[in-house]
Amino acid sequence: MKLMHCPLNGQRNISEFTYGGEYHPMPNPEESTVDTWIEYIYFDKNTAGIVLEWWCHTATSYWFLAERNTITDEILRTLPVSELKKEPVS
Amino acid sequence: MPLTLLRYGLSGKYPARRQFTETKPLKRHYDLVIIGAGGHGAAIAYYLAKYHNITNVALLDKGYLGGGNTARNTAVIRSNYLTEAGVKFYRESVQLYQNLSNELDYNVMMENRGQLTLAHSDSAIRSFRWRAEVNKHLGVRSELVDVQTIKDLVPQLRISDEARFPIMAGLWHADGATARHDAVVWGYARGACSRGVELHQLTEVTGIKTSGNKVTAVETNRGTVECGMAVQAVAGASSVVADMAGIRLPIHSFPLQAMVTQPYKPLLTPHVSSPHLHVYVHQTSRGEFVIGGGSDPYPLYNTRATLDMQESLAAATLELFPFLAQAKLMRQWAGTTDMTPDYSPIMGKSPLDNYYLDAGWGTWGFKATPISGQTMAQMIATGNTPDLIAPFSLDRFYNHRLVNEAGATAASH
Repeated sequence: MKLMHCPLNGQRNISEFTYGGEYHPMPNPEESTVDTWIEYIYFDKNTAGIVLEWWCHTATSYWFLAERNTITDEILRTLPVSELKKEPVS
Repeated sequence: MPLTLLRYGLSGKYPARRQFTETKPLKRHYDLVIIGAGGHGAAIAYYLAKYHNITNVALLDKGYLGGGNTARNTAVIRSNYLTEAGVKFYRESVQLYQNLSNELDYNVMMENRGQLTLAHSDSAIRSFRWRAEVNKHLGVRSELVDVQTIKDLVPQLRISDEARFPIMAGLWHADGATARHDAVVWGYARGACSRGVELHQLTEVTGIKTSGNKVTAVETNRGTVECGMAVQAVAGASSVVADMAGIRLPIHSFPLQAMVTQPYKPLLTPHVSSPHLHVYVHQTSRGEFVIGGGSDPYPLYNTRATLDMQESLAAATLELFPFLAQAKLMRQWAGTTDMTPDYSPIMGKSPLDNYYLDAGWGTWGFKATPISGQTMAQMIATGNTPDLIAPFSLDRFYNHRLVNEAGATAASH
């Protein structure tokens, strides 16, 4: 059983979590073009290495961020959304 | 062929004949560099050499010929997809497979087994009816079948109202087939090498040099080679290689796990698939039961196997075939599926003028090997996009023309 540390619920079986995609700052709606939005929605880097991702603890609907190595499958750390630095528009 | 075989049998020495080019130093320049010597890369090289007379080609692989996802897929060939673009494309591929052993003069062990997909709900029956009609309209043999027909087709299936998810109907696809995946890539590579293509194994591409809007050279662990054109056919590493050329793709790479039992006497002819239970099963000509399922729940560039997936695949298999309860598993492995948002490949031109993409082969790469090779070769030779693959261009994401192939395996994310 693989465990993940949820910032709200502590260590839980990874089957209790849902993957939510790579973290990207949202483009500024005032300044961005349609193509910027298309790239924001579809085009991820799909990094082979360390990546910051959205995860959700399904049972409690709690969304948070995890830093994970996509080659070794190690979860390096998890953090609540509040720890993210303020983005220009988020 | 039989005469050659007879002479070989009577020769007494049984000399091994070289099938692929010997490893020699890389040349400074090739007209075309193909990155990835899997089924697709080898097929592109073959069709270019045989039908377009383009032979100054290097076929590079970081590992061995056909040692990546070509070796890891579960060798299902079918064309019962749902979109017009998808059905037409895979239909052509199935037809090419039918004649592939003759085309390559190499036995790819093609077997027309048929494929049965199971419905466990009313909504699945509705979607099967839709798929069957689309398929029939486009000349693909698919039909909705009732429980009695399923019993006749696959008497080994457990059909019971006591089941957690009783089988209610099925989609029977008589064109479903299987072939030996290794033989497919060996046959294509042999045909390409005999016409002058150079196969370079253990040659990893580490960088792609560009100038303006063109690729000029490919850097490898064995030196830099200049190229007139380059194509990437690296399922499982599409984003990583495209990134070297400065191209971003709408792909997420997930492992997809499969496993096989020890061999048994032949007793299951068709492929049996249950999208609801996330499992598909067929018996190979060696007698092993191959069991595959959906992709892993999160992306990973790693082909490790997990106990979680083994348990869920085994549980689903026993729902369908309880007689396998005592079967022993021999192997479990994973391949990397490059999943696109619309479950369709990304083929054709890239933002660079002389760089072509053969990417996004999620769970549909093996069955598309011949037609991908043929159409990509046409495109590289002529510079024009064949109609068959026009819907799969990278542009579709910018033009809001996604293909939405709901007939794909593992279309569950």
